[in-house]
Amino acid sequence: MATTERRRARADGRVFRPRAVVMDGADVRRALVRIAHEVIERNHGTEGLVVVGLHAGGVPPARHLVGLLSEIAGHEVPFGTLDAALYRDDVTLRPVLPQAATHLDHDLTGKVVVLVDDVLFTGRTVRAALDALADFGRARAVQLAVMVDRGHRELPIRPDFVGKNLPTRLDELVEVSEQGVAIGDLVTP
Amino acid sequence: MTSALVGVRRHLLSIADLKRDELIELLALADSFAEVVDRPIPKVPTLRGRTVATLFFEASTRTRLSFETAAKRLSADTMSFSVSGSSMAKGESLRDTVETLDAMGIDVMVVRHHSAGAPHQVARWVRAAVVNAGDGQHEHPTQALLDCFTLREVLAERAGGRPPEDLCGLKVAIVGDVRHSRVARSDVLALSALGAEVHLVAPATLMPCSLEGWPIVGAGAELDALVGEMDAIYLLRLQLERMSAGLLPSLREYATRFGLSTERAMRMKEGAVVLHPGPMNRGVEIDAAVASSERARVTRQVRNGVAVRMAVLFHLLEPAGGAPAPLEGLADRAER
Repeated sequence: MATTERRRARADGRVFRPRAVVMDGADVRRALVRIAHEVIERNHGTEGLVVVGLHAGGVPPARHLVGLLSEIAGHEVPFGTLDAALYRDDVTLRPVLPQAATHLDHDLTGKVVVLVDDVLFTGRTVRAALDALADFGRARAVQLAVMVDRGHRELPIRPDFVGKNLPTRLDELVEVSEQGVAIGDLVTP
Repeated sequence: MTSALVGVRRHLLSIADLKRDELIELLALADSFAEVVDRPIPKVPTLRGRTVATLFFEASTRTRLSFETAAKRLSADTMSFSVSGSSMAKGESLRDTVETLDAMGIDVMVVRHHSAGAPHQVARWVRAAVVNAGDGQHEHPTQALLDCFTLREVLAERAGGRPPEDLCGLKVAIVGDVRHSRVARSDVLALSALGAEVHLVAPATLMPCSLEGWPIVGAGAELDALVGEMDAIYLLRLQLERMSAGLLPSLREYATRFGLSTERAMRMKEGAVVLHPGPMNRGVEIDAAVASSERARVTRQVRNGVAVRMAVLFHLLEPAGGAPAPLEGLADRAER
């Protein structure tokens, strides 16, 4: 989820108030290390892998993950970032601002893409991202890694690698950063 | 940051209507689209089902094709209208013509007209969003936007990194027929709003009668004095019909005094660039060798034109109103 989208959605002046911290920085790092090993296990190595971070929230964990994968594999694993804003099904329903440009210099044909996002919610961003990825070649497979799966899916999409399953209410908000994962609400200050 | 753009503009009629923040945001938006243009499949589904019509009551190659390319890159449908072959040839009025098109459910009308203010007038008659693609001697806002975008790129190249927000500190000379040029008018407004220093160079007969209110640093008839100091030299097309109007003694004299010759180009600053809105009169305002040199960014301008016009179309068709309905939970829900 793009941070700026989040900010724009809050043009009404409401702010995020964390209620509980569900993972701290060390938990996040541990989860990423576990996911890195799971990715290698599933794909029998890092051959043909491309890690793609979804703007904006998915980029920091993806960068972290690609660092871990490269370290384990002993060679550089390709990395890219993707902004799916222009592929969303709700462009006409709400303001969407493509913020960061996509950087994906690899032809994805025949590759295994590990798509990384911070929070998996309705699944609509992932759907848009899958459409966007298709324009960069026909990947052999796309796998989805998320830091938090908070439920409430609206589309038949499921993650392959999950940092933490976090049951939430629809009206709650989840924030992921290097410092940890917090759950809270949007409130009028 | 709340967007400066959201829900503010329904039309793009002149640069004078835009605030600095809005210019900055449009250029930043164009960055995203410039990346799309460079992709192996340079097309995104964003404006699927929307229709963009180009209504050109005056000749054009690049502007019209640029708008149509931009619309197609965003998956919008395009229609084009030209006077010859239309009912206007039978005497249908401008108002009836645009109202007819509007009734067909067009979302954006891109209008070029030989009379200043025509797009403003059209905007009053139709439901569609209207983009001014050049009106008489008044304005050509998307040209100014793409020029600013190109200069921003030049600054980024020089600093080695991401393009800066604005054009602070950049020195630009606009040379040629400033009086009759809508490009000059829009460019002066946009460049100065973004913090660039603008100088005008023209023979007295081609300088506007009054420069009052023009946000420029200087105006004169001496190109040689400025050549070495400018970061960019913007050459306007010499409209050859001005010759017959008796505003110029001879083409050769114009070329000698105001043309960017190879010799003058050699005296330009390191990294300084040459811009031209096209079509170029090689050998008049610009030497053929200069036009093909490293300094010339003319083809870059054309390429950037598509990205900038994508940003404009996207912006005009973006839903108005800023935040979605502030229903509890829904705003957040809409994000994923």
